[in-house]
Amino acid sequence: MRLAIDHRTLYRFSAPQRRLVQMLRMTPQNHHDQTVASWRIDVDCDATMRDAHDGFGNATTMLYVAGPIDAIEISVTGEVVTSHSSGELHGTNEVFPAALFLRATAATRADPAIARFAEDTAGGRATTEALHRIAQSLHDRFAPDTSRPKPGLAAGDAFAYDTGTARDLAQIFLVAARHLGAPARYVSGYRLSDDAGLSTPHGWAEAFVAGVGWLGFDPSVGRSPDDNYVRVAVALDSTGAAAVAGARLGEADEVIEVDIGVSESQ
Amino acid sequence: MGKRNAFDEIMGFSGAAPPRPALAALGEWLADTPEHELRRRQEAAETTFRQLGITFAVYGESEASERIIPFDIVPRVFLKSEWDRLSEGLVQRVEAINAFLDDIYGARRILDEGVLPADLVLGNDQFRPEIAGIRPPHGIAAHICGIDLVRTGPDEFFVLEDNARTPSGVSYMLENREAMLRLCPELFRELRVAAVDSYPDLLLETMKSVAPHGAGPTPRCVVLTPGHYNSAYYEHSFLADSMGVELVEGADLIVDDDVVWMRTIEGLVKVDVIYRRIDDDYLDPLVFRIDSALGVPGLIAAYAAGNVAIINAPGNGIADDKAIYSYMPEIVKFYNGAEAKLPNVETFRCREPSALTYVLENLPELVVKLVDGSGGYGMLVGPTASKAEIETFRAALIAEPQRYIAQPTLALSTVPTMADQGLAPRHVDFRPFVLSGSDGVRVVPGGLTRVALKEGSLVVNSSQGGGTKDSFVLMDDGASGSAQSQSADGQTQTMGSMSQNQGGAA
Amino acid sequence: MMLLSRTASSLYWLGRYIERADFIVRIVEATVRLDVLSSRPAGEVAWSSALTVTETDADFAESGAAMTQTQVVKFLTLDTSHPGSVLHCLSRARDNARAVRTALSRDAWTAINRAWMIFENHAGVGGTSATLNMVEAVKNETRGFEGAVHRMLRNQATWFVRLGQAIERADNTARLLDVKYHILLPEGEKVGGVVDRDQWTTILQTVSAVTAYRWLYSDGLRAANVIDLLVTRKEMPRSLAASVEEVVDILGDLARHTGAHGEADRMARMREARTTRTRSSEVIASGLHQYLRSFIDENAQLHGAIGRQFRFG
Repeated sequence: MRLAIDHRTLYRFSAPQRRLVQMLRMTPQNHHDQTVASWRIDVDCDATMRDAHDGFGNATTMLYVAGPIDAIEISVTGEVVTSHSSGELHGTNEVFPAALFLRATAATRADPAIARFAEDTAGGRATTEALHRIAQSLHDRFAPDTSRPKPGLAAGDAFAYDTGTARDLAQIFLVAARHLGAPARYVSGYRLSDDAGLSTPHGWAEAFVAGVGWLGFDPSVGRSPDDNYVRVAVALDSTGAAAVAGARLGEADEVIEVDIGVSESQ
Repeated sequence: MGKRNAFDEIMGFSGAAPPRPALAALGEWLADTPEHELRRRQEAAETTFRQLGITFAVYGESEASERIIPFDIVPRVFLKSEWDRLSEGLVQRVEAINAFLDDIYGARRILDEGVLPADLVLGNDQFRPEIAGIRPPHGIAAHICGIDLVRTGPDEFFVLEDNARTPSGVSYMLENREAMLRLCPELFRELRVAAVDSYPDLLLETMKSVAPHGAGPTPRCVVLTPGHYNSAYYEHSFLADSMGVELVEGADLIVDDDVVWMRTIEGLVKVDVIYRRIDDDYLDPLVFRIDSALGVPGLIAAYAAGNVAIINAPGNGIADDKAIYSYMPEIVKFYNGAEAKLPNVETFRCREPSALTYVLENLPELVVKLVDGSGGYGMLVGPTASKAEIETFRAALIAEPQRYIAQPTLALSTVPTMADQGLAPRHVDFRPFVLSGSDGVRVVPGGLTRVALKEGSLVVNSSQGGGTKDSFVLMDDGASGSAQSQSADGQTQTMGSMSQNQGGAA
Repeated sequence: MMLLSRTASSLYWLGRYIERADFIVRIVEATVRLDVLSSRPAGEVAWSSALTVTETDADFAESGAAMTQTQVVKFLTLDTSHPGSVLHCLSRARDNARAVRTALSRDAWTAINRAWMIFENHAGVGGTSATLNMVEAVKNETRGFEGAVHRMLRNQATWFVRLGQAIERADNTARLLDVKYHILLPEGEKVGGVVDRDQWTTILQTVSAVTAYRWLYSDGLRAANVIDLLVTRKEMPRSLAASVEEVVDILGDLARHTGAHGEADRMARMREARTTRTRSSEVIASGLHQYLRSFIDENAQLHGAIGRQFRFG
């Protein structure tokens, strides 16, 4: 499939900022089922951009803007050709042994309730089937929440609600998989959805099954990612894979508007 | 273990007069200087420290309880031959630490070859995946190491702990020496003591030597402090002052186009080398803790682009982690090819079942430490612990063995120290400072001696009632090994005829 | 060595806060004399105007306290719930000094620290003599600080402290005159008419100009003279003209050192040229209040320009 992405992020500040520094993880990389045909990042003001990679091997762009600045729009547009391999990943840039992804982070701390849920659902072993059951049952258990995720909400706290954002469900999945001994990581990216109203960045999970490799799971839909997905960045949790990590000089409130369009292009 | 006397570094194994032959002159000074005079000088030194504001904050007490660390007037002394052997061991260890850091954030050969259990690194919070793949300028990550040592005999040193993050205490090394030169000048006539006051110059040289290649002939170096509320602020300002470089806070630096700049009244000035006294977590909110207000957004990007050297490099915590410590002999051998010249204290890793069994059976004889604890907290000293304390630790060990290591209690060396009842032996440890630049590894001839002021105590941490002493490194062995060493008089004469040129006194 | 913008900013603010603390204690002292020690107690009017001069009248009204000596003195000295108290200014001065301790001499630091410690043990303000003692103690320490700064190496660090003091002093004197101008130029009365001698003395006391006045003017207390002294006389250290000149001098020292002139230099020199041409009679004729308001505004603009020129950020 050929997917066209149009991702606009608009920041508006209540007072002009002297300086803005952001690290963008907004550029997908090629792997077996994903070929980036074209890709560009633009901003609507004078800025310097530097491409690099972060520790996880994700493509990054450092964005530097000298103020005064009271608004900035970052627009990302591009086309990605995808294919489908039943959720198995091939040809990804793996910079760490899978075991690294057994670590907990502040947002994915071990949690007794999630541990119990993981054991009950999986029957104790982290097989491919068991992990699918976890993703499926997370999907069944939580009503979808398409609002913006609450900043810093940890998986253990999110598990107590009966609705969940894609991010929350993915992070709960990470805690469950790691509890069962499967390395697991957060993926940020895009998804072509039938639901036209969906315009938030998407997030799902990948887990490592010994003897099989890395597999994708999207607990927010209860299935494996397929050729409707564009994989952008991975990390130990959603913060690590976030599209934008930013800092600015100047005191003010900010308003962020995100508009994402994913469509099939001809 | 046998109950042999602890080795006293001045008096020898007997612990009483006569002193070790090579230190007869010091022994005489101790015997001849009246106690009230020693006390007077000690108080004078402490008054100076208080005025200078060399204080530290005690955890759990209010801001008002800033205290000075008690200073002891009797120095501890290393003979030249002892120091030379020790230095070789230190250089070898620090080279291995740098090789390890280069490898662990790069190819990870040491894991592939199974020298270290992979989970010990990959699952360790001190291993920072965020900076993996970044090679520091000149491949050096641990520019300033403080290696904590204990001693049990003239040439028996053991590493207790490595400090490869932001080891502190060097201001004590320098201020203690200043005080000794002022208060006990006669000692420096009797003994040829290697000067330590070149430390700031060596540090600055080291910093300049690791500047990025594009920095030009006069790289700009700065010291980065969390600010004047930090308990080590005195040391930060002291080092910046004595090196003649700017003391900056995070807000003084900005990153633009992957280059670090300092905000001065004359505009932005490019910065090439940063000696940071801020923890990794707070260095760059884009990469580490996003709520950090102390750091510099974009600093890691500038570092990854090779445009700035960070001293010490981020991620170094993996090299001085207590869980990794027990593998240091293997790590040294892996990178150096030879056995470690400086041994570790024997360490039982409680994560290993057989070690745990041994530890549980021998708790009253062992020191048990939390792998992730520091400052003497979370520690059991078996021989002095109550039954209840031992049982508390037993339960904790059984519940979470992987969090603990255990070590035998060593007969730590002592040095005569001014106690309430007069001079008495007190246990000491030692932190020498090792500098690694692009031109090699240097050990500054001196260091921080910490002393447990309570009789029999083995805990030297300042937060638990420890003090400090000056640490003399002699530029000769006196008459050691020759016929003269038999005669204290002969030695005194030899000393007396030596050059008295003392760099530190200038 | 290049001076960090933050260091320069802290030194500058240190100067401003020390100067402001000094000014507030002077106001308190002069008002105590006016209300309590004069033959005709001025009462509420005096205290109310002390609050107006220090721009704390709104905060005081909000606190709900009564307009009495004890309450106002306490509010202006010990109360840290608003930014206009002596203690607040000294705390800020001390914070700034701590942050740049290596740039200050030990004497300068100790003076600030001691001034701050005067208040450490004060829960209340006590009676009139206790208040005057406290005022005297603070004035001693600020004088000590002044002396210590003058004894410091003449470098960028001292220039920024003195620059802050000069800008603050200009603002304070202008504000003092502005609040008291109805005393100086009572509406409907001829200049030089009958005036309230005590109120006049208050003004002169606040700026330590009682003696200077007698030396310079032989024709008794006259509004035109007081205005002349405080607006145009360069030899009078707290006059507007003296502060204006000092700002120019200090900026000149800095420019020679850095080799760069900027917005603040230009603004300060223009202001000086204008002030030198100013005649107090013209000021009185064209309206003292308008003159002072525009002076205060211009001073604030100069403050902003200094921050921009030296990148205080």
